[in-house]
Amino acid sequence: MNNLPYPILSTIIFLPVLGALVLLIISRSQETLTKWVALIFAVATFLLSFPLFINFDKTTYKMQFVERHDWISAWNIKYFLGVDGISVLMVLLTTISAILCILISWNAIKVKVKEFYISILLTCGAIAGVFSSLDLFLFYIFWEAMLIPMYLIIGVWGGPNRIYATIKFILYTLVGSVFMLVGIIFLYFLAGRSFDILELTTKTYPYNVQFWLFWAFFAAFAVKVPMFPVHTWLPDAHTEAPTAGSVILAAILIKMGAYGFLRFSIPLFPDAAKAMIPAMLTLSVIAIIYAAIVCLIQKDLKRLIAYSSVSHMGFITLGIFALNSQGIEGGILQMINHGVVTGALFMCVGVIYDRTHSRQIADYGGLATHMPTYAAFFMVFTFAAVGLPGTNGFIGEFLTLLGGFTRSKLAGVLACTGVIVGAAYMLWLYQQVFFMKVNEKVIGLPDMDLREMVALAPLIILVFWIGVYPVQFLDFMHPSVQHLLERVNGGGLTQEVNIAKAIMEVIR
Amino acid sequence: MNLQFPDLGPVMPEIYMTGLALILLLADLIVKKKEVLAVISIVGVAIVAYTMIGSSGATFGGMYISDGYSSFFKLIFFINVIISVLISIKYISIEKVNFGEHYCLIITSTLGMMIMASAADLIVLYLGLELMALSTYVLAGFIRHDIKSNEAALKYFLLGAFSSAFLLYGISIIYGLTGTTDIKAIGLYISEKGIAGNLALSLSMTLFAVAFGFKIAAVPFHMWAPDAYEGAPTSITAFMSVGPKAAGFAVLGRVFMIAFASMKIEWAPLLIPLSILSMGVGNVVALAQTNIKRMLAYSSIAHAGYALLGLIAANNEGLTSMMNYMFIYAFMNLGAFAVIIMLRTEGFKGDNIYDYEGLAKNHPLLAALMLIFMFSLTGIPPTAGFIGKLYVFMSAINAGYTWLVLVAVVFSAISAYFYLRIVMLMYMREPKVEVAISKSGSIGIALGVATLGVLAIGVYPSCLIKLAKAALSGF
Repeated sequence: MNNLPYPILSTIIFLPVLGALVLLIISRSQETLTKWVALIFAVATFLLSFPLFINFDKTTYKMQFVERHDWISAWNIKYFLGVDGISVLMVLLTTISAILCILISWNAIKVKVKEFYISILLTCGAIAGVFSSLDLFLFYIFWEAMLIPMYLIIGVWGGPNRIYATIKFILYTLVGSVFMLVGIIFLYFLAGRSFDILELTTKTYPYNVQFWLFWAFFAAFAVKVPMFPVHTWLPDAHTEAPTAGSVILAAILIKMGAYGFLRFSIPLFPDAAKAMIPAMLTLSVIAIIYAAIVCLIQKDLKRLIAYSSVSHMGFITLGIFALNSQGIEGGILQMINHGVVTGALFMCVGVIYDRTHSRQIADYGGLATHMPTYAAFFMVFTFAAVGLPGTNGFIGEFLTLLGGFTRSKLAGVLACTGVIVGAAYMLWLYQQVFFMKVNEKVIGLPDMDLREMVALAPLIILVFWIGVYPVQFLDFMHPSVQHLLERVNGGGLTQEVNIAKAIMEVIR
Repeated sequence: MNLQFPDLGPVMPEIYMTGLALILLLADLIVKKKEVLAVISIVGVAIVAYTMIGSSGATFGGMYISDGYSSFFKLIFFINVIISVLISIKYISIEKVNFGEHYCLIITSTLGMMIMASAADLIVLYLGLELMALSTYVLAGFIRHDIKSNEAALKYFLLGAFSSAFLLYGISIIYGLTGTTDIKAIGLYISEKGIAGNLALSLSMTLFAVAFGFKIAAVPFHMWAPDAYEGAPTSITAFMSVGPKAAGFAVLGRVFMIAFASMKIEWAPLLIPLSILSMGVGNVVALAQTNIKRMLAYSSIAHAGYALLGLIAANNEGLTSMMNYMFIYAFMNLGAFAVIIMLRTEGFKGDNIYDYEGLAKNHPLLAALMLIFMFSLTGIPPTAGFIGKLYVFMSAINAGYTWLVLVAVVFSAISAYFYLRIVMLMYMREPKVEVAISKSGSIGIALGVATLGVLAIGVYPSCLIKLAKAALSGF
């Protein structure tokens, strides 16, 4: 399938790394040049990644754009890359996020400019690696390597309480990851010294082994998602991170956890995953409702959106662990949606934060009269976050809820209350910031400039594109999701496929 | 009398090394510029390393053996001595102890390590161990006008002498039981006579573990390490945090894997507590340190705990992983000490962790290098530290010690806090005082070599793994 003249996945991973190396040799005083070089590398990466979207064969679950080379032969480790319907959109989301992060930080980052753009490029390269690795060892390398620049992004360019936030971030994720590392090594010997994910997912393991390994991997993924009760690092990290850091966190980094469930936990340990459905659904529902309620009392813009992230990620894990095609497809789509919408919301907060240097909701009010364009942008993303029909949020939430409902009526009903509370806090936020009495602090603020609009415009397009015509995106996933479900259920699920098809018709 | 002159081939590197030490001692009398001695040492060590090729074999009636295993460790010692000399050139003149004996003692200490690695007989082993230890005691107290350096030397000496006594006691018991001091013969005797369950033999093995535990600074035999590391000249701290530890592991591996081969079931209850305690005490106490040399002392204790995992696995794969770990540890630890040494300038000690505040602002390159070493010591990919840890974890899990590896990874995650605190101070705080650094070409080379080692092994570990595996073939 891959008839491109260049190894596309390696390019996506290592072009940003090359960009970082180029930045390394640029003189520290050349700040504008630094930004432009970073932007050019990010745009080039995105353009080169575009064939993933066009040339992707939507009829097969097989891995595409595969690259496979020997790496550490003593341990049977391969440099093995490839994407399928689950990961291809995540890779694209990563390459587009890199551009947006650079654009939105253009004026906001004033110290250590060079290091900042190096960190952004390295993070995005490593995350693209996470999404396209098909060798567990390679995957773990990217998974951990990503922590180093991210640690710096939050800790160096973040808000006042950044050091606490970044240490919390790294310790939480590290503790989770090391358990997965033990699980990976254990699996490696269990499967006869192989790190090859495709090979590993065809084998069956005894249930009690599956059980322990499932929880070992869960430790890493649940922290990243983050699921209740290990979500507490996220509000701190989100709040203190610079805008670009929040965007990376929201758009791609926390998707790594949900992706991990889909790529590893479920296909590697299908029996354990099925047995753990009640536990996973419970945790998801708690996250949805608890985080939504916590949102209602937030005074800080970024903290509110951070908690809303936890709630929205609850929908995603609900969909994934419903273990039916609607749920999983909804979950994957919602991963994209959440990346787009929450990323956009953080960028919007960044826009206003650059002007006022305040994140307190109480410091705003009546912004709609002074920054009308900004208000319009923000409104679209608010509606998408609420899940208004016509926006992408609706499709994703609908599918995940449907999946959850099919699996467990109680979970479905409870999760629905999260939607209602979600509408409440988002609309309340919008009202407090944009309407009500005009706060004197916002008088005379300039509206969005061209750079900011350019950064946000692609996300607006995506909101409506996915919202109105989701089939184009869902089509990517069908074969892969079916293949995954066959692995879980051992083939007997024709009925659910039919239900899913019927629903697709409705949406169409 | 049938007196045959022994084959000197296998022992040539050691002979050259002795020659080098003597040349340095003589040259010290003539040469005024002591930097010349440093150059002589480095060139000399390079020549010795070259003579290692084709020196394999056993000699002196099987008392002395030069095989892949010993050669691999000697390689670590050469890297250690070269980098230590490179970083000490400027440092010892700042400390006003620019004497030629410094280089001579470093060479004799390394000679001791080489003899240890090649010892096939317990008497030779003891000889090498004492040569290494006595030279290092003197080096630890090399800053004669500094009371802390004196303290370091004295403590190191007293506890080191103590551990030597343990070793001798262990040797004497085993000689009483088996009637030989030849490591291979002991192993054969134990398995042939079936005395593996003998209590006196277990006592002897315990005494060996205690003695070597001192050398590798494993808890509870680590008491000397923090004070000795803190007080000793920084270049010597770097030297002795890698060399004697690797030498200790070399003899630990050889004695246990060959002499006590048939007692493998008894190692585990002996070494597992050592390993867990080392990782636990090392990592937890390091959290509370504000002196960076002391912090790295506790870190080195913890790393001994990780490397012990390879030995606990008690097979060739485990041994390979332990060798691999020592090799990688040499690069990352020496690199970290090279950075520390650069902060020592005239009238500024620079060994408090808060001296690192805001280092990235004034010295971005140095901070970036320190960042790499700290992440490597934590064991985060794509640095070599991760490969080292991964390998020992893999061999321990393969040997059935999954629970032990779980303990190890938890402590490893804890260690992230104090390593990354240095990164945090460098990058996320504003500098309080303008910290000057002592640049020199030689430290630059040392840093370059260490960084290259850490990154190259981290990204492409294949060569090193193959080398370590090949070194063990025929062990």
